[in-house]
Amino acid sequence: MPEFQRFSYDVLVIGAGGAGLRAAIEAAASGARVGVVCKSLLGKAHTVMAEGGIAAALANVDDRDNWRVHFADTMRGGQYLNNWRMAELHAKEAPDCVRELEAWGALFDRTKDGRILQRNFGGHQYPRLAHVGDRTGLEMIRTLQDHGIHSGMQVHMECTVLSLLLDSGRVVGACGYDREKGLFHLWQAKAVVLATGGIGRAYKITSNSWEYTGDGLALAYHAGAELQEMEFVQFHPTGMVWPISVRGILVTEGVRGEGGVLRNSEGRRFMFDEIPDAYKAQTADNEEEGWRYTQGDRNARRPPELLTRDHVARCINREVKAGRGTPHGGVFLDIAWIKTHLPKAEEHIKRKLPSMYHQFKQLADLDITKEPMEVGPTTHYMMGGIRVDGDSQMSSVPGLFAAGEAAAGLHGANRLGGNSLSDLVVFGRRAGRFAAEFAKSNGNGATIDEEQLQATASQALKPFDRGATGENPYQVQYDLQEAMQDLVGIVRTENEMQQALEKIAGLQLRADRAGIAGHRQYNNGWHTAIDLSSLLVVSEAITRAALLRKESRGAQFREDFPGKDAEWGKHNIIVKRGANGEMLVEKRALPPMPDELKAVVQEMK
Amino acid sequence: MVTQAMFRIWRGDSAGGRFEDYLTPVEEGMVVLDAVHRIQAQQAPDLALRWNCKAGKCGSCSAEINGMPKLMCMTRLSNLNLEMPVILEPMHTFPVIRDLVTDVSWNFRAKMTIKPFRPRSPDLPDGTWRMQQADVERVQEFRKCIECFLCQDVCHVLREHHKEEEFIGPRLLVYVAALEMHPLDSEDRVSDLRKKHSIGYCNITTCCRQVCPESITITENAIIPLKERVVDRFFDPLKQLFHIL
Repeated sequence: MPEFQRFSYDVLVIGAGGAGLRAAIEAAASGARVGVVCKSLLGKAHTVMAEGGIAAALANVDDRDNWRVHFADTMRGGQYLNNWRMAELHAKEAPDCVRELEAWGALFDRTKDGRILQRNFGGHQYPRLAHVGDRTGLEMIRTLQDHGIHSGMQVHMECTVLSLLLDSGRVVGACGYDREKGLFHLWQAKAVVLATGGIGRAYKITSNSWEYTGDGLALAYHAGAELQEMEFVQFHPTGMVWPISVRGILVTEGVRGEGGVLRNSEGRRFMFDEIPDAYKAQTADNEEEGWRYTQGDRNARRPPELLTRDHVARCINREVKAGRGTPHGGVFLDIAWIKTHLPKAEEHIKRKLPSMYHQFKQLADLDITKEPMEVGPTTHYMMGGIRVDGDSQMSSVPGLFAAGEAAAGLHGANRLGGNSLSDLVVFGRRAGRFAAEFAKSNGNGATIDEEQLQATASQALKPFDRGATGENPYQVQYDLQEAMQDLVGIVRTENEMQQALEKIAGLQLRADRAGIAGHRQYNNGWHTAIDLSSLLVVSEAITRAALLRKESRGAQFREDFPGKDAEWGKHNIIVKRGANGEMLVEKRALPPMPDELKAVVQEMK
Repeated sequence: MVTQAMFRIWRGDSAGGRFEDYLTPVEEGMVVLDAVHRIQAQQAPDLALRWNCKAGKCGSCSAEINGMPKLMCMTRLSNLNLEMPVILEPMHTFPVIRDLVTDVSWNFRAKMTIKPFRPRSPDLPDGTWRMQQADVERVQEFRKCIECFLCQDVCHVLREHHKEEEFIGPRLLVYVAALEMHPLDSEDRVSDLRKKHSIGYCNITTCCRQVCPESITITENAIIPLKERVVDRFFDPLKQLFHIL
């Protein structure tokens, strides 16, 4: 019988990106004993990849900005499917959370009068993104990490969680294994915060790292929690397309914020060709006005390159399909052209976009200060996730909280750039605070189901029983990524998604036969075999939710239902586990928005 | 461009190991990490390695490639001689866990011994500060660090002399520099630098700066200014003279 190393905490945080660390800091500050379990080394989580900035209505650059504008922008971007309470709290609390980061040592770029500088980004009416060049995520995670290690939290690095443990319907901990030795662990806790990030590894072309296998979503689903908005997967419009081996790596929206433009192979700025009605009034209709906007002219309207990500991704897709793409199947993103407008443009680009400069120089032999980049859509972000209460971040399972990308609600049908870093700190803080409170009042007397523990461990070890003769887990993962990319990607149809469901069912059978040679010590093949189960759950949830939503809205584009449907605009889709283990998908009405928030939305239209 | 290449990868654990050869197809634009992934997926499923972002931003895939400390994700095959086997080893300074994965936990423990950030009181009643971009930029260079620990790997004080108990190494000296030169910080780490962190062990061979994938000027911009602070405080001959008088 496998042995378990046992630990006990008040609050267990699973995931150590921005949301997990912020939750852990908050819970520890309120006196809770906090354990953090993370899949990688501390400070390597996907937050480091965030480039452009953190959205907060600080109004440092444009004093017309305030929480109401930020709230309205977020709701408009999310096509009004957002949890309005989260959008409200987010807009109100983000400025304080940014100032908090500064108080903990973060060094944002400055305005001339020494305040935090803010930049333009898609869908944000005013310059709103506090940033550090194009490495804002690194600044954020390092700040939280360096602050957090002195807060008393205990960090279990390189551990994967296999299952949440329940007692009478309440979550009482989690069990999993460490990578280094392959030993099993039990983390008992009075409250658990899931901050495991997204699901990008379900797709072939993605900006996400190997960790992003939807573990938190699958754990919550199996524990009986509800998921929502699973159909909304954000395809970031600009990922690298060449060389093939770096396909999908992110090219920050900051390039467009600094004046970069999109052109097709005919040299045409195709983004002017189609501007959605909801954005017509605030979008420039000529190149010259768009340029002035990027250079801080308060009276200019934004260029169409800075429309929301769902729209830009679809326009790029359209150009490529129409045969107006680049040699490697993307479109051109040109920042070098600004030299016709700016003196010392080369230095300017290198200072504002240092990692992009290096990324292209080193990986593609291309100097972005001289030549245009080739870019195309890449799977980037999961708007959906665990359904939570807007104030406390608690899921439908008592004691189980979620924050950051793993939680759903804030972004609705499409996330605005910059709103995810602020999401992490605003709702990480809330989840940490409410989890600690929950732990205080719901502490003692939990029983651990030892049988479940043993069953989980023996299930996890099965790939070793099958050995090298079993299915190659890497190949199963690859086939799943290919299926999701081809059949449940940017453009979706009923027929293709039905095929995807069949493929997923077949891949499930193959995953059940996955085998691996060798032993448990740092065995990447074993880890891959275990990740498959989460990937399959989220892939099925995405597909089923996308099938049910028979309309196109935000990140979901159905070729067979290309228009918006007013009725669907009033509903979320909920995914949960049925009594017999089958996946249930249902339509649920949005809660009514209070009049004062309705008034804000109307006023900003 | 050649269509296949030989990778000679160290396989083993703390008890020992050996090099094994893997021949794998290669294409234009590939980096070392791509080739290793392909070997893992097709020939050696239990090959151990760390990686996350695959874009040079997380600092996980550090290894020694043909004897040079590098990130596997940022080393293009076109910059290597593929007529010869490409030799891949784990970082030598840290204890090996398995294959290309080493135990870097010492870095995290050593960081804990450094006094944390302590800001001065806010400049304004609303709790905010004012800083100039020029002052911020000096520290931003240090904060680019992705904690890949390649500088620690190449530092002879750690690699050859294993002074881990006394010396914090270039990465953490850069960390101290970022704190000491932070416009808001009010903590004093100069005494610790001399006694607890043994900055004197560094004799500025600049190996760390040469391997930094973020091109941080570790020695000139971080370590030397810190050494100057220590010298000013403890070894100023005039001050010592006054002290004697």
